[in-house]
Order: sequence, then C-alpha cells, then structure tokens
Amino acid sequence: MQIVAQIVFLIALVVGVSFFVRNIKRMLRNIKLGKNIDRSDNPSERWSKTLRIAFGQSKMVRKPVSGFLHVIVYLGFIIINIEVLEIIIDGLFGTHRVLSFMGGFYNALIGIFEVLALLVFIGVIIFWIRRNVLNIYRFLSRELKGWPKNDANYILYFEMVLMTLFLVMNAADYQLQLNGAPHYAHEGGIIGGFPISQFIAPLFEGVSNSTLIIIERAAWWLHILGILFFLNYLYYSKHLHILLAFPNVYFSKLKPKGEMDNLEAVKNEVALMMDPDADPFAAPAEGEEEGEPEKFGASDVMDLNQVQLLNSYTCTECGRCTAECPANQTGKKLSPRKIMMDTRDRLEEVGENINKSGKFEDDGKQLLDDYILREELWACTTCNACVEACPVGIDPLSIILDMRRYLVMEQSAAPNELAVSLTNIENNGAPWPYNQMDRLNWAEEN
Amino acid sequence: MAEAIKVPTMAEYMAEGKKPEVLFWVGCAGSFDDRAKKITKAFVKLLNEAGVDFAVLGTEESCTGDPAKRAGNEFTFQMQAAMNIEVLNGYEIEKVVTACPHCFNTIKNEYPSLGGNYQVMHHTQFLKSLLNEGRLKVEGGKFKGKRITFHDPCYLGRANGEYEAPRDLLKKLEVELIEMRKCKSNGLCCGAGGAQMFKEPEPGNKDVNIARTEQAMETKPEVIAAGCPFCNTMMTDGVKSKEKEDSVAVMDVAEMIANANDL
Repeated sequence: MQIVAQIVFLIALVVGVSFFVRNIKRMLRNIKLGKNIDRSDNPSERWSKTLRIAFGQSKMVRKPVSGFLHVIVYLGFIIINIEVLEIIIDGLFGTHRVLSFMGGFYNALIGIFEVLALLVFIGVIIFWIRRNVLNIYRFLSRELKGWPKNDANYILYFEMVLMTLFLVMNAADYQLQLNGAPHYAHEGGIIGGFPISQFIAPLFEGVSNSTLIIIERAAWWLHILGILFFLNYLYYSKHLHILLAFPNVYFSKLKPKGEMDNLEAVKNEVALMMDPDADPFAAPAEGEEEGEPEKFGASDVMDLNQVQLLNSYTCTECGRCTAECPANQTGKKLSPRKIMMDTRDRLEEVGENINKSGKFEDDGKQLLDDYILREELWACTTCNACVEACPVGIDPLSIILDMRRYLVMEQSAAPNELAVSLTNIENNGAPWPYNQMDRLNWAEEN
Repeated sequence: MAEAIKVPTMAEYMAEGKKPEVLFWVGCAGSFDDRAKKITKAFVKLLNEAGVDFAVLGTEESCTGDPAKRAGNEFTFQMQAAMNIEVLNGYEIEKVVTACPHCFNTIKNEYPSLGGNYQVMHHTQFLKSLLNEGRLKVEGGKFKGKRITFHDPCYLGRANGEYEAPRDLLKKLEVELIEMRKCKSNGLCCGAGGAQMFKEPEPGNKDVNIARTEQAMETKPEVIAAGCPFCNTMMTDGVKSKEKEDSVAVMDVAEMIANANDL
C-alpha cells in the first residue's frame, strides 16, 4: 500500500513538473519572438535593483496597507515552501517528517510555518474583501471584468484552501502523535511545533486513529497536489509574477525615465540624409540583396522587444499604474494595465497559432486596433507615472511610444492638430507657425 | 521695466573670439509663447544680476524635437537633433541651461547617443548653484510666509529625479511650502506632456490640467509655483477655469526670485 502511494506521488510530481516546464518553454519561445535588446550592462546595479525592488518589495510598501499584506503573503509563500521540500521527500520515500532530525530547530521552523500560514490566510481574506467588497478604483476598471476578476479570486481561494489544508494536516498529525499512533509517534516525544494547529486538534479528540490517518493523508495529498496544480495554473493566470518579477526587475531600464531610445534604423536614414556625398539613386552593391526596409515602431507583438514581452507576462494586473495615470483618472480610455494585458493576450494568441501550425500563420489580426485602440495610445502624456508606480519595473510607456511610432512613421496617422504641429517643427523649427528668424524677438519686446 | 535687457548671442561671442560660461537654451515656448517669454526675461535678468557670462543661439536655435519624438515621429526628432547638435558642436558648447524641462531632458538624455554631449542644467538647478556660490542673493521679500505649492514637471521630476532644486529655491524665499497630496515622484502630470500640448485631448470626463489644478487648490495656495512653461500654461488655464485668477497666481520659480529681488 505504502509503495503504491509512493509511486502515485512520483507520477504526480513528474507529470506536474514536466507540464510546467513545457509551458515555461513555450513562454520563453514567445518572449523570443520579440526583438533583441541589450540589457546586459551594469550587472551590479541590476542586481542591487533586483534585491531592493523584487526581493525587498521596496515599491510594494509605498501603498502601506496592500504593501504590508503583500509582504506577509510573499514571505509566507517563500518560507512555507521550504516545507514542500520535506513533503516531496516524505512522499517519495514514505518517511514521516524526514527533516525532524534537526530537533528543536525543526520544531521552531514548523511553528513559524504555522504562524505564517495563519497570517497568509488572514491577509488573503483581506485581499478578497478589498477586491470584492470595497470600492477600490483600480479594481473597478473595465479591463478587469470577466476572466481577470475571476482569475484573481481563484488565486485567493486557492491560497486559502492550501493554508487550511496545511494546518489541518498538522492538527491531525499532532493528534496522532498525542495518541501514540505507529509511524507518527516518535520516541523523543512530539516532533514539530504546532502553535496554531494545536487549536484545531481538539476537534479531533476521540476520533479513531484510522480516521485521523485518513484526514491527515487526505490533507497531505490535497496540499501537495494543490501545489502542483497551482504551479501549472500560473502560466494561465496573472500570477506568473511570483517567478518573473525577479528577472523583470533585473532587465528593467536603468537610464533616466525621461530618456527614450533613439531608433537605430532612423539614425541610419538621418545620417544618409545629412550626408552631402550620399547618392540618392544608389543601387545596392553588386551581389547584395536589397533588404526589406525596416518597419518603424510596433503594430504587433513581434515588433516589440523581448523585455516588453517579458513585462507583459510579469504583469499581475494590480493596476497601480492605471490608478496613477492622468489620462485614466480623467476618464480617458487609456489604462496602462490594459496595454500590458492586451500585449500578453495577443502574444498568447500568436503562441497558440505557432503551437498549432509549427510557425506563425497570418491570422489577419494584430496588437494595434484588434487589441489596443488608437484612442488609448493618443491619450498618453508620457508622464512616466505608470512606470514609477509599477512595483516590478514594467514599462507600459515604451509600448505606447513604439505603437505611436508605427502610427506616425508607417501610417502618417497622427491626430490632425498634432500632424500640423509636427509639420511646423519640420518647416520652421517650432511646433507653432512662427518664423525661426523671429526667435530672438522677445529680447526687444517689453 | 522698459529698459532693454542684455541678451548676447553665440554668433556675437564667436565674432569677438570669446566663449561664454554657459549657453541659455531658450526653447520654443520661451521664445514664442507670450506667457513663457516673461519667464525667459526673468531668468535673463537673474543671469545678468549674478554676472553670468551667457549667450543664446537666437535664430540658430530650433525645436529640440521633444514633441515630435513623443508623438512617435522619430524622423523629425532625429533631424532636429542632428541640426541642433551641429550648431552646438560648431560653437563648442560645453554647458547648457534651459528653463524648459522638455528641452532639458532631450538635450541631456537623448542627444548624447546622437553626438551631442553637454553638461545640461535646468534653470532651477543653475540658480541653486549660483546661490550656493554666492553669486546671487535671494531675499524672502514679498513671498515671505506666503502659502506656495510647487507643481513638479514630469520631465524634471520623475523623468530625471530632480525634486529638490526648485524647492530649495522656494525655501530661500522663505515661503510656506505646502505640498499637494500628489507630489514629487507621485506628482500628477499637468496634461501637456507627450505632445498633448499640441492636440485636443481624447474624450473623457475632465481635462488633466483641471484635475491637477484642483489638487493644487486643495492646498489653498497664493501662488502655484511651476518650473516648466507648458505646466505654467496648463495650470494658468486651470486656475482661470476655476475663476480664481485674481487670488491665485501661477508663477515660474525664476519669476518669483526675480520678483522678490525687484528685478
């Protein structure tokens, strides 16, 4: 019987992990559909930023309530997962609390896990209330209707169930040890600390050992299967940030926020235009193929760079960006969070397309218009509030700018008044129709 | 106030075989916009007061390309940048000061990889350095004890991390500085950035400048201090739409200093 359980566990573990690995590989393949971007500079500064912002949660706590609760859930998640290591060993080898040889330290550790589990449980309940009962601006946006809202709640329910199972498992285990049940009881007395579950254990007094073992085993199995399921749920949910927040912060922009990249393709064109010796009618050199002219800006996910695509998978739809966005606050359609969600949805659609056909078959759709509307793009003031607000270093503004570039340079589709200003800049060096020769007139005026 | 102010150009300096200490980049708003021209003049008066050896490009200056770049027209931006860099490098400019955070950001951050490397300062940073060096004196004067709130320009604050220089100047004026609930890195945009200045806003339920003006009004200020000609326009319009222009002034920090010094 024991050996059967071990084999079933092994199969569950292998299936769970390999399905997860398959999905992560697909995600990486999708990210690599984006253009290369070099973010390998300044590793020490990148590591320190990652330690501060991702590991240290420094931007999360700018909003004290949700920040504090998140730190608890984050610490709980990381620390309680040490327990998963023991669960896996016990599952594979049929042992009971294999790490208990550490003695008092082990008991303290289990005790801490229990306290954290309770705190996580409470934190998650408050999160649920914030999301579903309180009218918090960033949880009411259009883009959260339907699946994104359900997704967020499923994650919360899942965490509640996992924490409950963990505590019930410990309570039954504790009671079994008190009862002196074989396999559970140890000679040295009680192993593990049960500061929380000791209050659940009285419910099990008088329950037969065989029933208790069923309860303990059921909680143990559901807990570990739940974790394996949750691991695989990540890829289909907004919850990937628990893994991707770290690389995402590492690869985020280090330059001043106001600095926007100078497009290389345009640099070449401008250099050619400014070169008095350039031959405008030059044919490509002998034997050299006339290359496809480079597309300026982005109309679909493949035109974005790999960091932007990583950003889209990392986004956990918290909406801090949208809450800070001046356009969104004043009722415009733009929501930086939606820009990230749309980018991911389109990237997933492209990924599915590739899964089916082996390569991307044109589906007549693109990120622009089919997902992100021009009206959203033109509402942006490039104020960087969204970038500043993001706790994990996502840059929605860079996507907005790349899509504006496509609209203006490939389609000449700037809003009319803006097009007039751009023409003024080209013709007379100012966005207004004033003569450049009048630029110093202010000095003579009174 | 009718006396002419001294504004030498780079061409004049060049003709005399001299180089100024700093180039004052006036910018399009500072050159053409009636409200912004007053800021330009106030800053020039302060430069003269402090005995700064400066020059402007005058008719050789052209738009930095900021609105074009942020509207998505990288071509126009890079063409403007190439022309400006040619002029600036031709004069061997090393140090640039400007009263416009958009020009500041563009020349400081986006020109270097196109061949334009200069030390670039926002006018509030430059004025602060003049004060620190003792070249400019600031008296609290008429702003002493007045309720002032400062609106952070996005391209000075969030974009370049400079929150303190304008506030330090206001402290020198001994004002009662009252921060808006959204300030510094959380400051709300005035609504002009990203080339919004040159187009109609998208449909919504409010204009951004009104939302920001309302935040400023919560502090019950006598003056809304600004550090950007576009923010200045947006906030001035906001104050007018609230019909508060008689009791609340919108002033650039440089204007306040010039005003306090009776320049």
